[in-house]
Amino acid sequence: MSSIERTAAGISVVRASQVCKYYGGFQALDHIDLNVEKGETIVVCGPSGSGKSTLIRCLNALERHQSGKLTVCGVEVNDSRQSVDAVRRKTGMVFQNFNLFPHMTVIENCMIAPMKVRGMSRDQARATAERFLARVHIPEQADKYPAQLSGGQQQRVAIARALSMSPELMLFDEPTSALDPEMVREVLDTMVELAKEGSTMICVTHEMNFARQVADRVIFMDRGSIVESGAPEAFFARPETERAREFLAQILN
Amino acid sequence: MFQQYSLAHVQFMLTGLGWTVTLALIALVGGSIAGSVLTLMRVSSNAILSRIAQFYIFVVQGTPLLVTLFIAYFGASYVGFAVQPLVAIAVAFSFYAAAFLGDIWRGAIQSVPGGQHEGAHALGLSRVAAMRYIIIPQAIRIATPPTVGFFVQLIKNTSLASVVGIVELTRTAQIVSNATFKPLEVYLTAALFYFLVCFPITLFSRRLEKRLNV
Repeated sequence: MSSIERTAAGISVVRASQVCKYYGGFQALDHIDLNVEKGETIVVCGPSGSGKSTLIRCLNALERHQSGKLTVCGVEVNDSRQSVDAVRRKTGMVFQNFNLFPHMTVIENCMIAPMKVRGMSRDQARATAERFLARVHIPEQADKYPAQLSGGQQQRVAIARALSMSPELMLFDEPTSALDPEMVREVLDTMVELAKEGSTMICVTHEMNFARQVADRVIFMDRGSIVESGAPEAFFARPETERAREFLAQILN
Repeated sequence: MFQQYSLAHVQFMLTGLGWTVTLALIALVGGSIAGSVLTLMRVSSNAILSRIAQFYIFVVQGTPLLVTLFIAYFGASYVGFAVQPLVAIAVAFSFYAAAFLGDIWRGAIQSVPGGQHEGAHALGLSRVAAMRYIIIPQAIRIATPPTVGFFVQLIKNTSLASVVGIVELTRTAQIVSNATFKPLEVYLTAALFYFLVCFPITLFSRRLEKRLNV
């Protein structure tokens, strides 16, 4: 995966057109159009309740959109078992609260999906997991349980766990929001490395320095819509809408 | 006129203890099997199956075990099934245990945080694989103390089997007490026997909890 070049752009990883999602009468996603190409790093930001998390949770079918067309990694997302299974096999997700499996060691967390979904042997899965744990700089924690690690280490395990399935697209749902301030850096550094290696990433985050550093595009959402989308320099320097200006004023203080 | 309370009586009570343990094993195995089925029905996405299981649990939990036992034994023979006492007991205890175990285990499965399902699904694990490798191992840890507590109760409840003619520990104690007129000594012996069976199970559960709580 690390060999993918930025020049590979042009292959669409996410294609959303007029995607809508409702919770009862509340419209969480309002006619979303979005294209993400291979190798891109996208940062999604916006006030809470704006639909950022809902959007990326629709991409791996943790939530189901009700109308519009959504294609992720070449799979059209719909209600069928095959579609859901296929899209989840091709995407990896990192959650705000890590969602590591507490009854398994770090390395077992990273081995279970390759073994049970990809059908890898134990030895193969262990080798793969060790490689990814090394990549997130915690190979020495392999045999500990998640509860024995710091928050930052746990989140890096979660990243390694997702990577061990060699996903074509990585989704990050506020990966640093539940962390103590001093742990944020190590997780962001790991994400920056991933982005620089050419992974396709969509990150819901309020870490604007991360956005400045590696994002190809920043998407600003409000009330279920994509209000602005553009290069980070332009978005931070000259937000086009009042809502984005207000948001940035609050978050950059 | 009364016999001396002797070793022979204690030996007789030990045969009763044998029956008590046998009954308990039948109830544990039967109840666990039926309880597993109920649990699966309860957590299944099929609303009808879940409702049926819920209804069953409500009804059986709201009925005294003694009444369930009477229905299985006297009721069945009244409508024309000549039921062996042991069969009646096996059925009644299994039905009874299933209603409680089904509920305990359902609660344990549902108390595993939702993030665990999401973590498993996001990795591409199927519903069945997520249950088997992620949810159930964590649910077992949660379910162990209440399950063992219920097993201990079940063992003690086997004393009800004496009413359908099984000569288990409580029944043998009654018989010995009537023959010797030494109720205190006799029932204390019976209590000691029950304790000797139940206590190791409680100890085992403590140890299991410690081992599972990594």
